[in-house]
Amino acid sequence: MENIAEKNIDTRPIKVEVKNLTKSFGDLLVLDNLNFNIRQNEFVCVVGPTGCGKTTFLNCLTRILEPTSGDLLINGESADPKKHNLSFVFQEPSIFPWATVEKNIACGLEVKRVPKDEIERRVDRILDLMGLRDVRKAYPKDLSVSTAQRVIIGRSFAMQPDLLLMDEPYGQMDIKMRYYLEDEVIRLWKELGSTVVFITHNIEEAVYLAERVLILSNKPAGIKEEVIIDLPHPRDITDPKFIEYRNYITDQIKWW
Amino acid sequence: MSVKQQELEKSWQQYKTQQRKKNLYYAFLTVLSVVVFLAIWEAVVRFQLVNVRHLPAPTVIFQTFIEKLHSTVPDGNTLGQNVIASLQVSLTGFFFAVLIGVPLGLLMGWFEPFDSFVRPLFELLRPVPPIAWIPVVVVFLGIGLKAKATIIFLTVFVSCVINSYAGIKLTSRTHINLMKTFGAGTWETFFKVGVPSAMPMVFTGLRVSIGSAWSTLVAAEMLAAKAGLGYMLQVGRGVGDARIVVLAMVTIAALGATLSALLNTLEAHTLKWKEMR
Ligand SMILES: Nc1ncnc2c1ncn2[C@@H]1O[C@H](COP(=O)(O)OP(=O)(O)O)[C@@H](O)[C@H]1O
Ligand SMILES: [Mg+2]
Repeated sequence: MENIAEKNIDTRPIKVEVKNLTKSFGDLLVLDNLNFNIRQNEFVCVVGPTGCGKTTFLNCLTRILEPTSGDLLINGESADPKKHNLSFVFQEPSIFPWATVEKNIACGLEVKRVPKDEIERRVDRILDLMGLRDVRKAYPKDLSVSTAQRVIIGRSFAMQPDLLLMDEPYGQMDIKMRYYLEDEVIRLWKELGSTVVFITHNIEEAVYLAERVLILSNKPAGIKEEVIIDLPHPRDITDPKFIEYRNYITDQIKWW
Repeated sequence: MSVKQQELEKSWQQYKTQQRKKNLYYAFLTVLSVVVFLAIWEAVVRFQLVNVRHLPAPTVIFQTFIEKLHSTVPDGNTLGQNVIASLQVSLTGFFFAVLIGVPLGLLMGWFEPFDSFVRPLFELLRPVPPIAWIPVVVVFLGIGLKAKATIIFLTVFVSCVINSYAGIKLTSRTHINLMKTFGAGTWETFFKVGVPSAMPMVFTGLRVSIGSAWSTLVAAEMLAAKAGLGYMLQVGRGVGDARIVVLAMVTIAALGATLSALLNTLEAHTLKWKEMR
């Protein structure tokens, strides 16, 4: 596997630097001295067992939590949601029930004080991309779970975030909707050129999406291994090379 | 996809027609219940099942209602004047209480230092029943509009603060964190997430308090007033005229129901995003 990684060296500039990141809750050490970089426009998947600290890592990156020690840099500066254009798809449902679909999508842009006509333009584009045009005036109570999830994903892409963080966004979806939304994320990532960190505990999903997979070890979480998935998108889950990657990562995870 | 959409649209239309029929049926039951009640009442009086002097029949009440529209006997005001006096007092007290109580509750629920600062005072005032304020208020403000509106204010204020406080405390952590990742400050999050999250509870508070505002008003007017429905009721009792007493009661009930209906309409409009059970 390693020689594949060396074949085409990534020359994209570094977007996120994680330096000696450590986080503990009282006596419980959750993140143990993490060090890695994420490049501009890269699609990284993070896999690890439930409770190993994946959400905690994202929460540190967005400053919902303060790291115990170490730092996270975005474009060389300490991460700060007020300065950086971040967007986070939470593991829990996060649609605003009191706002229509279009207002939900516009919400982050309003916080960022994007001009009104630009907000309109971007919301229209996302509504088209996500197939939400017909429900733009609907309230979340009238949407199915998967449509609501599409709104949440659309909302985070509308930000045209420097850095898009997704925390097991498809964990609750049925398999058909998941496949559809996986392709959707790839399409939006390519069209908008965002940098994506996608957390999942589904190995197939990780191999399907990622350019690079970070495998976290069990508590306290450290980086067990990085695997570069050198396959073009869209990927075929029945391709022998795909299966080879999937089995390789599954083997690594057996050591959890 | 579009075929599915059409099917969905069709069943949604069917569902709506069904709902409309159901609502019509419920409205019919509501009217029926009032009509049956009035009919029984009328029958009880007509067939002398009780002493007529103590319980006037609905038809008599209606007559009294017509008379009282221009007659000022026995309390010195027409029915309209009494209604206006009562509404003026209760709505003045209600609006000021909402205007101050709701923001106060929301701010207390959002900003902890503010909560610690205001809460001791609030906890001291809270257990005093509104009616217990009457003597104090009468001493300081007399028996005019200001005095009675103040008593209403105190009643409504407490439940506005409590419900708004509880409501904003229910704001989802995830929603707050989401605003944080967008880079919003605490005030922006307060207005865009905290306040809408609290609205259902705020309305619960309003619904509870418009009821208690109305009953407190009547109590206040019975103790000290020169006009108003509570005053009319009191005078009617004094002169032993059951018709006036019952007419006052019916008017109080009808206005109370109208006020809650108005509030429900406002709520349905403001909270149209909410799943109604
Ligand atoms: N606020 C917190 N306080 C204390 N412990 C926490 C807190 N948040 C998470 N943890 C603990 O940290 C560990 C990692 O949690 P989390 O990052 O949510 O895992 P994952 O997202 O990988 O499933 C868990 O053992 C959890 O109990
Ligand atoms: Mg998690």
